[in-house]
Amino acid sequence: MKIYLEKTYIIFDRELRGYFRTPLASIFLLVFLALSSGMTFFLGRFFERDQADLTAFFAWHPWLFLILMPAIGMRLWAEERRSGTIELLITLPVTNMQLVVGKFLASWIFTLIALILTMPIWVTVNYLGDPDNNVILISYIGSWLMAGAFLALTSCLSALTKNQVIAFIISSISGFVLIMAGFNLVLSSVRSWTPTWVTETIGSMSFLSHFSRIQMGVFDLRTLVFFVSMIILCIWINVQLVQIKKAD
Amino acid sequence: MQLIKAKGLCKSFGDFIAVDNVDLEVSRGEVIGFLGPNGAGKSTTMKILTGFLEPDSGDILINNIDLKSDPLKAKEFIGYLPEGAPSYSDMNVLEFLTFVGKMRGLKSNLLRTRLGEMANQISLKEVWNKPIETLSKGFKRRVGIAQALIHDPDILILDEPTDGLDPNQKHEMRNLIKTISKNKAIVISTHILEEVEAVCSRAMIIANGKLLANETPANLEKQFANKDIITIKVFNKINDVLAKNLKSSLNYSNIKIEKLDKDTNRILVSDAKKAPDLNAVLKQVNKFKLNIIEAGFVKSSLEEIFRKITTTNASS
Repeated sequence: MKIYLEKTYIIFDRELRGYFRTPLASIFLLVFLALSSGMTFFLGRFFERDQADLTAFFAWHPWLFLILMPAIGMRLWAEERRSGTIELLITLPVTNMQLVVGKFLASWIFTLIALILTMPIWVTVNYLGDPDNNVILISYIGSWLMAGAFLALTSCLSALTKNQVIAFIISSISGFVLIMAGFNLVLSSVRSWTPTWVTETIGSMSFLSHFSRIQMGVFDLRTLVFFVSMIILCIWINVQLVQIKKAD
Repeated sequence: MQLIKAKGLCKSFGDFIAVDNVDLEVSRGEVIGFLGPNGAGKSTTMKILTGFLEPDSGDILINNIDLKSDPLKAKEFIGYLPEGAPSYSDMNVLEFLTFVGKMRGLKSNLLRTRLGEMANQISLKEVWNKPIETLSKGFKRRVGIAQALIHDPDILILDEPTDGLDPNQKHEMRNLIKTISKNKAIVISTHILEEVEAVCSRAMIIANGKLLANETPANLEKQFANKDIITIKVFNKINDVLAKNLKSSLNYSNIKIEKLDKDTNRILVSDAKKAPDLNAVLKQVNKFKLNIIEAGFVKSSLEEIFRKITTTNASS
């Protein structure tokens, strides 16, 4: 077991450092901070709302992640397949599960770093007023969980192609469908030809409705289970896809 | 002891049969040269041996461990250089080799020793801290070899290790392979025939996924000797009269006498209609009391053998 985790950690470590070896990390962090605060202050009317909370900040996260998580995750497998390094990885004495989990965790921790860097906005709101810090903490956790689901989905889809751009596009489109799953836009297209329970299942998969509950400070088990099982399911499919597509 | 034992390997991609019932055994100390035209199935066979691809059928024992049932254990014994020597171009050489070493389970002390050995043995010192993407093709290939060797594996599988290297680097690479081959089982693939003669103890020729020959280079030459032309080397001066007499006594349509140097000549005998009889020819030549140094059929070069084997198979 120790060796098992050790190898996963080595993969994780290489991948996480990989973000910082190229300008990708700094550009991403810059864009994330600029967009998240820009949206909060200009689109979210942070000051005009006259309320000491971070609703205006977190409300934009699903949309921000829709673009930014595929940008982080698109290279995870597409690049390995394009450069042929996947042959090195798979012929090492590790399982595909270790590889997939190690890589996914690296991207997830990278997102955590990005979220931690938004702390000044939390400090600001505490300086200006007296917000409910529990709600803010729950929102941060929820936001990170949602990012994890986006990343697991992207990682999984990036195993389908050798082209990062294609990985990015299909991940964004799938992400959009999942965000909107609870809305009529998606539901009406399936309602007519599927049984009710299918429509309801799809409806309950909406990232947006799960996240909006978290934002209100309601952290129920259902939401936790939803995001965690979403991550686990995507990782499992990811492992299968790597196995099937590795030699193409 | 046999380190690789593979039996009945088959692999197809859709309708295309890439590997067709290939058997393979490699012992410690052997260097197997995998020869074949492009697309013959060399790389696919190597990918199967390293556990990257699963065969459709067939069994592989790596150091007596079944690759299918215990892949993690079996992979520990293998060092592999994939085609094109892929590596993480954003890492520097030290980081990359450290990564592979750790993944191979080397503890920090041993890893440090091995890294030092790699730097010396494979001459990587001057690029040790440079990003791999900035290296020349030759250095990239050496980095690939180093990652395959880092854990000092019993089995080395190298897919075109000298591809893209200049003649000096090729020479170095072959010397390296020879030096490390004593206590390892090595499989290399190549389409350079001189490489097989230079480093391999056995040549396996593969075309259309089928194994067509599995012999030492010397045996292959013997087996595919050109039985239509006899060559006799003599330590004598041959003047015009002697030449004329020789030609008239040998009852074949095509007799050539070539002067090799001052005192040695070569007599080449062939015939348009029938293959010449070596015994009969020697008997005749002996009558002239010549000092025969060497006699036999003209050897084909490995290149001719290769062409002969692979083209006859393709047309059949």
